[in-house]
Amino acid sequence: MDLVKFVEEQVVEKKQLPAFKSGDTISVHYKIREGNKERIQVYQGVVIQRNSAGSTETFTVRKMSNGVGVERIFPVNSPNIDKIEVNNVGKVRRAKLFYLRELTGKAARIKSKRV
Amino acid sequence: MSGIIGKKVGMTSIFDAEGKNIPCTVIEAGPCVVTQVRTVEKDGYAAVQLAYDEKKEKNTTASLKGHFEKAGTTPKRKLVEFKYFTEEKSLGDVVDVNLFLEGDYVDVVGTSKGKGFQGVVKRHGFSGVGMQTHGQHNRLRAPGSLGASSFPSRVFKGMRMAGRTGGSRVKIQNLQIVKVFAEQNLLVVSGSIPGAKGSYVLIEK
Repeated sequence: MDLVKFVEEQVVEKKQLPAFKSGDTISVHYKIREGNKERIQVYQGVVIQRNSAGSTETFTVRKMSNGVGVERIFPVNSPNIDKIEVNNVGKVRRAKLFYLRELTGKAARIKSKRV
Repeated sequence: MSGIIGKKVGMTSIFDAEGKNIPCTVIEAGPCVVTQVRTVEKDGYAAVQLAYDEKKEKNTTASLKGHFEKAGTTPKRKLVEFKYFTEEKSLGDVVDVNLFLEGDYVDVVGTSKGKGFQGVVKRHGFSGVGMQTHGQHNRLRAPGSLGASSFPSRVFKGMRMAGRTGGSRVKIQNLQIVKVFAEQNLLVVSGSIPGAKGSYVLIEK
C-alpha cells in the first residue's frame, strides 16, 4: 500500500483549504470551463459527509434547490476548486448527516456553534 | 511487440490537466532479466524470455539454477516468453519501465479474481425471471429454458450455464500510461486491470 501512497504524494497536489467538517455550511467556488472561457460557479450548502482520506478524500454538499434536494460530491484536492468559504459552523452529533435527506423545511435546520 | 512483467499494487485516482478525476492502477514492473533468446533458426519462432521477482536459492531446483546461471542472474519466480520482441535483446540484458513513455497505450494481461461456482445471472449476465410474484418461489435467478423439445432432443454445445467463474486469463487493451517512476519501477495506467493486489501481470506494448 505504501507504493500507492507514494504515487499519490508525487502526483496529486495537496490543496490548502479552510478546515470544515460535516454540519458546516460552506460555499464552494468551482471553476467551470465552457469552450475556452472559464468562469466560477458558487455552490452553497451543508456538508453532510467527508469521505475517505489522503489524496482521494471527498466531501458531499447538500442544498435545497427550488424545493428539490441536490447533493454534489467534490474531491478535496480537485484543481477545479478555486476556494471554499465557511459560512456557518454547525453543531451536530454525528459525522454523516444522512438523516437530513428525510427532513425538509424547519426540521432540516442545523444549530450553529458559537465560535 | 515488447513487454515487461509486473505486480499489481493497487488503485488510486489522480487529476489530469483539465482537472478531471481519472481512476488509475499502480503496477510495480520489472526490472526483468533476459534469461533466454529464442530464434527462428533454432526454435522456429523468435521470442525473449524474461524473468521477474527474486526467489531464494534454496527454493530453486538444480535445473532452474543452471538456467539462471547461464544468464548470469539470481533465481527468479516468474518466467514469461514474449514473442517477437521489438528490441534486440541478448542473454542477461535488463528490461525495465523505461521501455514505456507517458502517454503510450498498452495492453495488460492478468488472471482475473476467482469467483467460485456462480449462477447464470452473475456469470453470463442473464436477467433472471424478472418477477417476484406470479408463481415464483425459488426460480428468481434461474436460467429458464435450455432449448427446444423433440427437435433437436439435445442441448446445444456452448449453452451458457452456471459454473466456475473468474480465475481466467484476461487481457485489457488500450490502457494509457499516465505516469512512469523509473527509480521506483512503478507504472501508473488509467483504468482497472484484472487480478488481485500482488498478482502478476504482463504489460505489453
